[in-house]
Amino acid sequence: MTTTEKLYFYPVWLRIWHGFNALGILTLIITGISMQSSVESSQVLGFNMIVNLHNMAGILVALSYFVFFFGNLFTPNGKFYIVKPKGFLKRPIKQAYYYAWGMFHGMTAPYPLSEKRKFNPLQKYSYIIVMYLVVPVVIITGIALLFPEIIIDKVYTFSGVFVTAVFHSAMGFFISIFLLVHLYIASIGKSPLDNFKSMITGWHQTH
Amino acid sequence: MNYRLILLSLMILGGTTLNLKAQTYQDAENHPCLKCHSNQTYSFFNSVKNKEEKRLMNPYFILDTVAMTHGVHKQFDCTDCHSYEYGTYPHQANLKLEPLSSCLDCHGGDESFASYQFEKIESEFKKSVHYKVYGENFTCSKCHSQHTYVATARTSSNVLEIVDYSNKMCLSCHNDMKRYKLVSGHENPKLVKIHDWLPNQELHFSHVRCIECHTEVVDSLMVSHNILSKDKALRKCVECHSANSRLKASLYKYQNLQKRAENGDLNTVLANESYVIGSHQSPFLKLVSIIIFLLTLAGILIHSVFRIIKKK
Repeated sequence: MTTTEKLYFYPVWLRIWHGFNALGILTLIITGISMQSSVESSQVLGFNMIVNLHNMAGILVALSYFVFFFGNLFTPNGKFYIVKPKGFLKRPIKQAYYYAWGMFHGMTAPYPLSEKRKFNPLQKYSYIIVMYLVVPVVIITGIALLFPEIIIDKVYTFSGVFVTAVFHSAMGFFISIFLLVHLYIASIGKSPLDNFKSMITGWHQTH
Repeated sequence: MNYRLILLSLMILGGTTLNLKAQTYQDAENHPCLKCHSNQTYSFFNSVKNKEEKRLMNPYFILDTVAMTHGVHKQFDCTDCHSYEYGTYPHQANLKLEPLSSCLDCHGGDESFASYQFEKIESEFKKSVHYKVYGENFTCSKCHSQHTYVATARTSSNVLEIVDYSNKMCLSCHNDMKRYKLVSGHENPKLVKIHDWLPNQELHFSHVRCIECHTEVVDSLMVSHNILSKDKALRKCVECHSANSRLKASLYKYQNLQKRAENGDLNTVLANESYVIGSHQSPFLKLVSIIIFLLTLAGILIHSVFRIIKKK
């Protein structure tokens, strides 16, 4: 039961991408909130500077998304993102039950990580939603907002830019919530820092 | 006062013939003034040379008759303001020297125009850079063409139209070397160049008015008339790009007041026309996001507490 196995889960390219992406997303969240509220942002960094920073970080994160996208397309890492139709809903629900109840009542993790399974079902689903749905939407709306002249003028009675911006910020907000939960769940491991260490060394310890 | 009396009597006199004259701008061809002043050329019989002559009209004296039929003064005929002696050609030279009535001559102290606050406008204008540079010679009509003016900021429901109309007033001089030089005495600075620092310049120019940054906003006035000198122009993005956007008291003031009277949501008004980063804070979305954020935090907190208790 307690055999410890070391798995090389995170190849170098993925770790570099992950670190870079993390910094980029953090910058985007902070500057994004600051632009949106823009109350006192001028006292730390000028509004103009914040907008420039957000634009630059946005472009870099968008470019780095392609590293992730093609990395998963052309390396074996992509297989961890494939969802099987069998137990489509049952599996993530079981994992959620484990987090909410089971783990405090002696239940063993229902989907222990192995060479074939890098993510538990809940993790897999949320990564797919965030990386293949939400992030692309943020990138596309972000590019549109960088070049507002390409956005259609009116969506019904609303300004096209307005609708795009609302989408962009709503999805951005969703990513920030994901980040919070992501960081917290990452602390559920052998020790709270275990998973963070793995993301630096590349090695994951199963037990 | 005497002057006003003369004016009033002229207006009453004019009024008796008003019905006959009204809307004659639409038939410019047959209007005694506009048959010449709405064309590039005019013809007249030169009695000295005893022949018919055709000449070019001074471009500054050519009137846009289409715009005149929509202007606020459309019910007036030319001679209601200009001397009836203009009816003869060549016009007498001394007519040019006669003073024309200014806006305040008619609009000042008049109850029916009270909401426009012409006196307040005048006192604000007198603080402006325009007055400082050109004094009394800087008449209202320098910006508000008395022939074609439409009070767009009050009547239009389209903010982009308000912006366009207002900015064209500024550009009529600030983008015109001759007219600018007449007032300032020097050449006009290149607008695109001096606004180089402004991000998304084109978007700003089409979505906000010049006066948003170049005037001092006065709460009691619909449109601020104290145009500041360029060193006092606003350069702070957050003045507009914030929840408490300055635009709500300037560009969106009229809609703002209207909506407030109807108890409507201001954000819908703003959203209809454009998007201003920072000032579009939908109270509903803000509340929803705060709730989601707090619920997430609460979930994490409760879960951590259980993990600590259960040592997981």
